[in-house]
Amino acid sequence: MSILGSVLPETLRMSVPYAMAAAGGVLCERSGVVNIGLEGVLLTSSFASVACALATHSPVLGVVAGLVAGGAVGLLHGTLFARLRVNAIVSGVAINLAAAGGTRFLLRGWFGSSSNSPDIPALVALPGGPFTRTLLDPLFLLSVVSVVVLTLALSRTRFGLDVRASGEDPVAAHALGVDVVRTRVLAVTLGSVLCALGGVALSYDQHQFQSGMSGGRGFIALAAVILSRWRPALAVVLCLGFASLDALGNVLQNSTHLPPDALSMLPFVATLASLFLVKRGQLAPEGLGKHAD
Amino acid sequence: MKATHPGARVLLGVLVACIAFEVMVFLYGESPREMLSLLYEGTWGSVYGVGQVLYKATPLFITALAVDFGLRAGLFNIGTEGQLSIASLAVAVAGSHLGMMPGALGIVLLFAVAVVSGALYAALPALLKVRFGAHEVISTIMMNRVADGLVGLALGAGLALPGTVQTTPLAPQLTLTKLEAWVPGLSGSSVSTAVFVAALVGVVYWVVVSRSRFGREVTFVGWNPVACAHERIPVARRTVQALLLSGAIAGLASSATVLGAKGYFEQGLGAGAGFSGLAVALIAKRNIPSMIFVALLFGTLQQGGLFINGHVPKEAMEVLFAVVIVAVALSDSPSVLALLTRRRARAGAPS
Repeated sequence: MSILGSVLPETLRMSVPYAMAAAGGVLCERSGVVNIGLEGVLLTSSFASVACALATHSPVLGVVAGLVAGGAVGLLHGTLFARLRVNAIVSGVAINLAAAGGTRFLLRGWFGSSSNSPDIPALVALPGGPFTRTLLDPLFLLSVVSVVVLTLALSRTRFGLDVRASGEDPVAAHALGVDVVRTRVLAVTLGSVLCALGGVALSYDQHQFQSGMSGGRGFIALAAVILSRWRPALAVVLCLGFASLDALGNVLQNSTHLPPDALSMLPFVATLASLFLVKRGQLAPEGLGKHAD
Repeated sequence: MKATHPGARVLLGVLVACIAFEVMVFLYGESPREMLSLLYEGTWGSVYGVGQVLYKATPLFITALAVDFGLRAGLFNIGTEGQLSIASLAVAVAGSHLGMMPGALGIVLLFAVAVVSGALYAALPALLKVRFGAHEVISTIMMNRVADGLVGLALGAGLALPGTVQTTPLAPQLTLTKLEAWVPGLSGSSVSTAVFVAALVGVVYWVVVSRSRFGREVTFVGWNPVACAHERIPVARRTVQALLLSGAIAGLASSATVLGAKGYFEQGLGAGAGFSGLAVALIAKRNIPSMIFVALLFGTLQQGGLFINGHVPKEAMEVLFAVVIVAVALSDSPSVLALLTRRRARAGAPS
């Protein structure tokens, strides 16, 4: 198979976790909440979906469990920051620590392995080559739909307006009667559900949970959020770029003798390089990290 | 927002850690009482255990100082993990080429290597921060991942002994003496004179932050950069210096692992010390004695985690760290009750 023929579907497939984490990140940050806990949301949702799919033998319930678990982590982060005034970075660090430790703890406790869980059943059995299988994957389709919905919701709905108002100027939004705290908690919860869709896709893609399987994708997604200047569609496109480096790395690893360490570094090096392109984040939501009173 | 008293933070941390530990053990289906006594036996219950706790706590204290210095300047240096691993590799490789050097001079030289390499690895995020406005949280996290790759590459490219993932062992005079040489009860423990190095770093750190003009300026920059700029304090320069110095201090944590415990570097040595040190710094919040106690608490949990690993997976301890961070952070925020009532009052009466 040609390089292009294998890299393209691979890129699309691998972009889902990045893109959904970035989409979720945009929603959180537009409401004024920094969320470095996206990495933890990815891990938690991957694990929850696998654990539930194995326990119930139902892949669909696994997806639901993953989304619920991700939303719960978001609810926690949103409440800690918006309602209880804990520094968002501190809360995010704690969430990432708890997710990394907690998933490995349960992996060993429940599945007796420090590396991976048993295999889960596939969501659906799809016919055809890698291209059709990627494009028809329900999680892929759901991701595409939710990015479109998010973009429209942010720009065209009352909720989107509340979110943007809370993010740009929480004091003014509060004065105009927007419940900034509730809007933010809701935005972070929903954003984390979006991100969780990426985590679920990750584990269904690998048919199992692997220790630390999010592999920094949540952090890269966060960089994509900033590079896109907090625009969901652009953030998703940037994530396609990061995912293509992942896919390229995979293909090169199979076809050449380049050291795997060098290839796995690619997306991170690219992210660092791209940070040189942002100019002083002047388009960041003005109220990022600020409270209404 | 008023911070809780330093002593109260430490006590709260210990208390929450104990309660959360008991709850987790209970939920996991083991006896909380047995596990707690096992935890105690493996740590403070024997001289060897105490030595291991000190050994685990040493790098945590040093990386906590590193993170703390960044925080003073208003920077979240999440990159201590990467800065430490690069510095550890640099120290081990430099040390393996200094075999002929007399001990004292060689060790001082290796400390210099640790400081310089840690600082250099923090240079890129510092540059990105002041020149391009890129948030240091993102860039330092990326640098951590890159450090993982770089260390793997370097070890694979010939810095490791053939067929292994470890570097050439250092000559004996270049390593720090293990305390077991003086205290027989510590036999087998990895605790070394790095403990005293850490204490010295702590003292110097205190002098710099509270008794020097430079330290005060860094703290002022963290409080209010705009006011500092008006007072002609070079804000960008102090920011860069703070991040570089933070990386330099993080590099010094290699004294406990490479120079103290092992005498060589291997993949994964000291891994996690950066993140745990971040946790220690966040809990202790600018109070150096608190950092010692919280580092000891975390050292106890890490060492105790190994002891109960047969019954409860040791990863449970990382969850405990997170719980303690959140609990102590919550103690700084206005109480849940106050916030709820205040919200009600607002909703009723327009201000």
